[in-house]
Amino acid sequence: MRGIDKSFGAIHANRNVTLEVAAGTIHGIVGENGAGKSTLMSILYGFHEADAGEILIGGRRTEIRTPRDAIAAGIGMVHQHFMLVETLSVVENVMLGAEDAFLLRGGRARARAELDRLSRDFGLSVHPDAIVGDLPVGELQRVEILKALYRQARILILDEPTGVLTPAETDQLFRILRLLREQGVTILLITHKLREIMEVTDSVSVMRGGEKVADRLTAATSREELAELMVGRKVRLELERTPARPRESVLAVRDLVVSDAFGVRRVDGVSFDLRGGEVVGIAGVSGNGQSELLETLAGIRPVSAGEIVVAGRRVDHAMPCDPAAMRRLGLAHVPEDRQRLGLVREFAAWECACLGYQDDAAYARGPLLDRAAMEAACRRFMADFDVRPPRPDLGAAKFSGGNQQKLILARELARAPAILLVGQPTRGVDIGAIEFIHRQIIAMRDRGAAILLVSSELEEVMALSDRILVMFQGRIVGELDGAAADERQLGLLMANAGAAAA
Amino acid sequence: MEEMLTIGLSALAATLRVATPLVFCAMAGLVSERAGVIDIGLEGKMLAAAFTSASVAAVSGSALIALLAAMALATLLGLLHGFACITHRGDQVVSGVAINIIAAGLTAVLGIHWFGRGGQTPDLPVEARFMPVLPVSATDAGAALPLRFLAEVLGGHNLLVYLAFLLVPLVWWLIGSSRFGLRLRAVGENPEVVDTAGISVEWLRYRAVMICGALCGMAGTYLAIAQNAAFTPNMTAGQGFIALAAMIFGKWRAFPALAACLLFGFLDAVAIRLQGVEIAGIGQVPVQLIQALPYILTVILLAGFIGRAVAPKAIGQPYLKER
Repeated sequence: MRGIDKSFGAIHANRNVTLEVAAGTIHGIVGENGAGKSTLMSILYGFHEADAGEILIGGRRTEIRTPRDAIAAGIGMVHQHFMLVETLSVVENVMLGAEDAFLLRGGRARARAELDRLSRDFGLSVHPDAIVGDLPVGELQRVEILKALYRQARILILDEPTGVLTPAETDQLFRILRLLREQGVTILLITHKLREIMEVTDSVSVMRGGEKVADRLTAATSREELAELMVGRKVRLELERTPARPRESVLAVRDLVVSDAFGVRRVDGVSFDLRGGEVVGIAGVSGNGQSELLETLAGIRPVSAGEIVVAGRRVDHAMPCDPAAMRRLGLAHVPEDRQRLGLVREFAAWECACLGYQDDAAYARGPLLDRAAMEAACRRFMADFDVRPPRPDLGAAKFSGGNQQKLILARELARAPAILLVGQPTRGVDIGAIEFIHRQIIAMRDRGAAILLVSSELEEVMALSDRILVMFQGRIVGELDGAAADERQLGLLMANAGAAAA
Repeated sequence: MEEMLTIGLSALAATLRVATPLVFCAMAGLVSERAGVIDIGLEGKMLAAAFTSASVAAVSGSALIALLAAMALATLLGLLHGFACITHRGDQVVSGVAINIIAAGLTAVLGIHWFGRGGQTPDLPVEARFMPVLPVSATDAGAALPLRFLAEVLGGHNLLVYLAFLLVPLVWWLIGSSRFGLRLRAVGENPEVVDTAGISVEWLRYRAVMICGALCGMAGTYLAIAQNAAFTPNMTAGQGFIALAAMIFGKWRAFPALAACLLFGFLDAVAIRLQGVEIAGIGQVPVQLIQALPYILTVILLAGFIGRAVAPKAIGQPYLKER
């Protein structure tokens, strides 16, 4: 596959991009969010049509207008959000769109045989009759890869494949990718994790602002160079910080149990203390109770049993506490899902900048809101946190993820809270903004705030945390010193390998 | 005893007759909703089809032509629903309600304009209707029960009744064992998957609403020219909604939906036979209450007995390609 040249769309998502990938290699594509990686790949997969440019596969010009064309051309894609139907079985998902005949019987038998062969060849074992909705994410990804291979894909595109995987699962995925490369499959790996690029790719292309800015052989480049190419300026990957000087406990959690609407214990007997001047990171494979813990501490979910003591106030099942009251106690919350809980997408930035603090005297003019004061506050936040563009009147949805996050962070940090809960502070945020957000969090800590961090990015947890708690199935299964923790150790705890072996 | 048996058998036979339009509509709704398109317009399509079949039968004198015309019209209404909801991503409930209103209004207006009988179509002669396929053989009371069951309950229905009950295994098989069915199930759950698999979401959903329309056409035809001999305004009387309820009650599955249709049909058949009957300990139950019984039970069953009904996940959501 040689020479793709494309330009695209009204927003110019791809500007005259030429990408050349040698057959039988693993080629990485890195870039910040909005750099045009995903757009480029969805053009290659026929999900979007390019305005100009052409695709050459094996030297031959190939028209790709729909995913059907792409599949016919031997291109398979593993999407970031898995393209699987949860209510169907693995076999049915694999054969969907490639059923052979009107009756499913024949195709089903062929799919079963083929799955069997593929799982033997590549170690991609999945039970063919399992219902997809019951499978863990790691297996879902395997099903996605099997789907592409079943269609005889010779070119496999993986869009941010490791975001949902544990370190062990990531290692396994890379093993499979290397095996596929040996079989002559060409792999395009889209990611923003430079470590993964260095580990598994043969060559790498960097995209920035819709353009491809560089091609490198992986062996001849470094993380620092790639980061600089992505952002367009020097980036410090290592966060500088002094050791924590913890003070007294400001948040105590004792035997906390949180059950969901179905009575399932999502948080199951968790106890810990959070002290001023320290960052405590919570690591875990997503879905092991971290989100529920965070939401409960923020006052969003009710406590089922156990208690929380926030700045001397006791919160338990009999004495619930709403998020506004929590905020008055000096607890600020930067929610995991900023689109859903952090701001209202349809509101203007100045409105979002005051959400949660709308009853504050500073924003009040008699019984009404003081719009001028709110806009002034928003402008101040934007200046302090370098939110771009600095326009309070712009709709919240118009800002990029990183800028939305900076605005939320500015809002929550403005009152100098004693306790800060942060969920996924840098999910979907560019490298440049990550650096800024991390420095703000550490600065908060140094000013004496207690910070609880939940993140699915292990690197982030390790870089920021003074102590790391690992959650597994709603329980805390391990506590590590932030400075001493390594990825392997954390990964084992996250998969709860110790308990499984015992 | 003998009298009870006769009443029982006739109630069962009536159950099948009453359930027939419900079965057609429930299967219609099932195909549409499995594809992710809510169809609250079953009622309207059935009503429009009933009017069409009665009118065409009155003019042409052929039941078959009437059936085809009714199916064609209901399919067109299905396409209208599709045009609004699939192509233009309109709200599926609003579009369905609109179809119900259009059907209720137009059938009345056109009926008055064309036939001038207060909205009723002319009474049809036997040749222009669907009549019992096999003449009812009067079994004598002494015959064995299975024989009587065969003759009095299963026998003596018109073609459409049998078609309705044959339709259920057909739909079950189509959804479970065919390529179309697999894709249908997939598109109702997650249309993006279908799109990325290189299959057209639109075309798949259009086919579903067309099948839905055609089946509603059969239901309407049955009401107007098989069960009755003419169209009367608003003759569907909410049966489209009952069918929708039956389908949900059956959790979007063919055989459970059939069972629900039969249950509703049975309640209806019993309600008619219970009118004016003294019930021990209660006395005579008011007619209105008996007539309301199927509807009351519908509410109770829907509210409490089916547990959590898991609808296809993408139901009601227009598919918008984004990224």
